[in-house]
Amino acid sequence: MTDTTNIETARGIEAGPVIHPLYVRITHWINALAMLVMIGSGWQIYNASPLFGFTFPGNSLGGWLAGGLLWHFAAMWLLIVNGLVYLVLSLATGRFRRKLLPIRPREVVGDAKAALTGKLRYDDLSRYNAVQKLVYVGILLTGAVIVLSGLAIWKPVQFRPLADLFGGFDAARYVHFFAMAAILVFLVVHVVMAMLVPKSLRAMITGR
Amino acid sequence: MDKPRNTTVDAGLLIKDAAKLLPDPSRRLFLRNTASLGALALLTGCDIVDGPSSERALRIVSNFNDWVQARLFNPDRLAETYPESAIKTPFPFNAYYSEQEAPDVDEDTYKLVLDGLIDSKQPWTLDQLYALPQETQITRLICVEGWSAIGKWTGTRLGHFLRRVGADLTAKYVHFACAEGYSVSIDMPTALHAQTQMTFKFGGETLPVKYGFPMRIRMPTKLGFKNPKHVVGLAVLNNYTGGYWEDRGYNWFSGL
Repeated sequence: MTDTTNIETARGIEAGPVIHPLYVRITHWINALAMLVMIGSGWQIYNASPLFGFTFPGNSLGGWLAGGLLWHFAAMWLLIVNGLVYLVLSLATGRFRRKLLPIRPREVVGDAKAALTGKLRYDDLSRYNAVQKLVYVGILLTGAVIVLSGLAIWKPVQFRPLADLFGGFDAARYVHFFAMAAILVFLVVHVVMAMLVPKSLRAMITGR
Repeated sequence: MDKPRNTTVDAGLLIKDAAKLLPDPSRRLFLRNTASLGALALLTGCDIVDGPSSERALRIVSNFNDWVQARLFNPDRLAETYPESAIKTPFPFNAYYSEQEAPDVDEDTYKLVLDGLIDSKQPWTLDQLYALPQETQITRLICVEGWSAIGKWTGTRLGHFLRRVGADLTAKYVHFACAEGYSVSIDMPTALHAQTQMTFKFGGETLPVKYGFPMRIRMPTKLGFKNPKHVVGLAVLNNYTGGYWEDRGYNWFSGL
């Protein structure tokens, strides 16, 4: 996607290089929408047969179980197709390799310390620090887990090997739940960081 | 509580009533009290979350999901079977009515009424049904709510019965009518699946009232609500008849 930079500078657009190419920004926001719908409707489905001693606040998306299921199995297409577009383009353009690798444990520890003591700088948005790399790789893997465990719950007979991989139908429900919880934690930290570093939010909208 | 029961339920009428096409536009709204997902509404600046238009869109996707699931369905793939030790006791009761309200079908006057694209439409008595070859499966029943339980069901392959009565196996649907007014329809490939069973026994005993006496249809390849209890009518059809829960918003195919 180095082309993008050239095209846009050729057009005389001001400011620095593109941090997030257009496909990243579009798929990011579609993913955000799909995730909100999946989580909201997923809570509705969870409430019908809670795995733990609590339910999610009433009136989650869909109004009742059938509505929640309809939203869930509609938004899943958006989530999966959008996710695949993102994966293919990121792999094809080498963005994953460039942005997320390598992850060196020593740097992760160092950057984590710096982040927690407020010393980490966020001057160059085009380069991720080691903690960001680790978290972004982690959330991508979590995304894969939540989709695969979801497929295992949806089709435990037709995708039986997949269900077995998660330890069977019942266990796959727990995996699906904890993947959701992990995504929620990520979501909260992600949004807080975006508010602390507003230019990162701007970059995900305008590209720079 | 008063039990809505008895055997004089006119199965023929139940089938005829259910088998007519449901007028689509007049179907009840199924997204009752739909919440507006705050963040979503803020994000999009409009309320797309509830209302008839989103309901229509969701129904279209649900129909698309029926189509996808029909293609994913492998008629030769069997649901996992389990050892006796895995059986859940007591097995959960689940229905849209309470356990006391389960219909009490009289075994002496019971008849399974047949209709639609079937050559021999003589009704079947319970004794005649019991005389059919039977087999036992220990499989997992998965409820649309998310819970699951393993049980032991004994009965006749539905596919065997359909061939026996000369059903048109190229028809699209098999529709079931139940004594309490419940109804459900399934696709023909699932009806012919080796584990789709006309069930007469549960846990080795005559099917108890709460689990669907005298006959339920058991299919481990579909969600629990697609497994009708107290079945008194069976019709082979080419027109879509939906079902009790399907008309209220559950996905029709609901395959596993």
